[in-house]
Amino acid sequence: MRTPSRRRIYAVFKARNREFLRDRSSLAWNILFPVLIVIAFAVIFRGEGAVEQYKVGLYPLAAERQPATPFLATRGLDAIPQDDLNAALRKVEHHQLDLLLDLEGRRYWVNDSSPKGYLLERVLWGTAGHGFAKQTVSGRAVRYVDWVVPGVLATNMMFSCLFGVGYVIVRYRKNGMLRRLKATPLSAFEFLVAQVASRLWLILGITVLVFLGTNAFVHFTLHGRYLDLLLVFTLGAISLISLGLVIAARTASEELAGGLLNLASWPMMLLSGVWFSLEGTHPWVQKLAQLLPLTHVVEAARAVMLDGAGLAEIALRLVVLALMALLFLLLGALGFRWE
Amino acid sequence: MPIALPPLLEARELRKRFPNGVAAVDGVSFRIPHGRCFGLLGPNGAGKTTTVEMLEGIVTPSGGTVLYQGEPLGPRFREEAGIMFQSTALQDFMTAREALEMFGSFYPRRLPVAELATRCALGEFLDREARRLSGGQRQRLLLAIALVNDPAVLFLDEPTTGLDPQARHNFWHLVRDIKAAGRTIILTTHYMDEAYQLCDEVAIMDHGRIIAQDTPQALLAAHFDEVILQLPRADLPDEIELPWPRLRHDGIVEILTRDLDGCLQTLLHQGVKLARLRIRERTLEDLFLQLTGKELRQ
Repeated sequence: MRTPSRRRIYAVFKARNREFLRDRSSLAWNILFPVLIVIAFAVIFRGEGAVEQYKVGLYPLAAERQPATPFLATRGLDAIPQDDLNAALRKVEHHQLDLLLDLEGRRYWVNDSSPKGYLLERVLWGTAGHGFAKQTVSGRAVRYVDWVVPGVLATNMMFSCLFGVGYVIVRYRKNGMLRRLKATPLSAFEFLVAQVASRLWLILGITVLVFLGTNAFVHFTLHGRYLDLLLVFTLGAISLISLGLVIAARTASEELAGGLLNLASWPMMLLSGVWFSLEGTHPWVQKLAQLLPLTHVVEAARAVMLDGAGLAEIALRLVVLALMALLFLLLGALGFRWE
Repeated sequence: MPIALPPLLEARELRKRFPNGVAAVDGVSFRIPHGRCFGLLGPNGAGKTTTVEMLEGIVTPSGGTVLYQGEPLGPRFREEAGIMFQSTALQDFMTAREALEMFGSFYPRRLPVAELATRCALGEFLDREARRLSGGQRQRLLLAIALVNDPAVLFLDEPTTGLDPQARHNFWHLVRDIKAAGRTIILTTHYMDEAYQLCDEVAIMDHGRIIAQDTPQALLAAHFDEVILQLPRADLPDEIELPWPRLRHDGIVEILTRDLDGCLQTLLHQGVKLARLRIRERTLEDLFLQLTGKELRQ
């Protein structure tokens, strides 16, 4: 194989950027849509805590193995097993759990600023007496909009990466553009690198704009570092673009490509914990979610933004994203056909 | 003693069999010398597109070889060939100039945009986005893209299909200039007048094989020594018997004869009105019909 030429890669990169940036209506939509979604969520869920159910964390045992207590039979109460005490306590701090209960150790934790925690504590006393030791944690409630922002940014990125690469390459193949490029010294590798680079550059730019734009209205929480967040989104974008490459590697029909892209994007949209936490869902749903790149982007971004996690805490997610990117890139590049 | 150069492009026993078992090309050989315009003609399904795509290195042959300057197709061919496909979409939001710059940057050797613009008459729309170009302008831009590396060999696949007559003539003019500059051209076309005007040599394909190949003039001379008399069908009823073969189509009757004087006398003798008579020479279109039994644009 010839040595890849930077000049050729840059020429295709520049052309793709221009094509994208000059399509004003589509560009405006790419930026405006996520901003509108976030603002809509901020308005709709203005109150603290969007989820109306009362969430009780059970530590350290799963619900079915907990000693029976009439407290857990209370209607409207959702019992969620927790295996990591620190993580569970952080959720109490952020009002994601209203109360954390240790039936064996006969103790519980509530957030002293949580009205729901206060109510649950009263219910606990009423149904199980005063035999539990109270421990308090404190922390500002994480608004639903703070919680949902990483998901909206990541979802927007996912659609842009998948469709912006997958659909565009299939369109190029269908309208003869790829065949024309094949007839030049441009190699498939150079072409694909340019596509990935262009989309990565564009989507990171858009994500930054959307982040700043929504933040101006909503002022959401960011406890971690910007650079870590950028790293999460960069690796996430590469893995999602590469997934788009896999779908576009040989597909010649835009309809089929559309179907396959939807097949990839909708499960991620629903199962990656973008709109609601997967906690309490069926274990196989949670296992399945770990196979989706978007889950790792959302979870890592959320950890950085809401919990102030550093690189060490999200390292595993980053490694998984990097491995997925590598796998998809290999599949997409090896499977690629000009026609 | 001059050293004999290998032909610029040579096809040796080219074959292409598709997975469904259809042999699209079934043993095709020809040599295209430097500086010639070689036309490949054939009805749809004759295998000419597949043949050209094998010459272009776009389709891999099932058998046989293509040699460029005596060597199998390789990176050098990619750098020195220019290709204009029948239908190529351009990126909608890129201007003609940007498209030329992008394609130009793929090649080690490239012509300046200004020169391409002059050669292909792009001046008026050089900075217009591709989506705003007319059919003729698009074809001129695609030709300019094919010329961007100043190619030694230029492939033109049905370059004027869909253009109005004036745009076609303008396009022929451009192609003649390219020929005059000593470039080798391989042209496929549905238009026999286009092949006649531009090609030094034509090969007619049918069922995956070449069935005739020579200069257009030599082919016509070898296959036809008769002229055609055309009359409206109304003027020559079927009851009138003539000793020459008659073709009927679209309200017209054509009589094929080697004896023009005798034929005219017979017609007058039979009382046929000759006011609307036309006499024409045989064209590549006729030759094509005779050899393949098909109209070109079928």
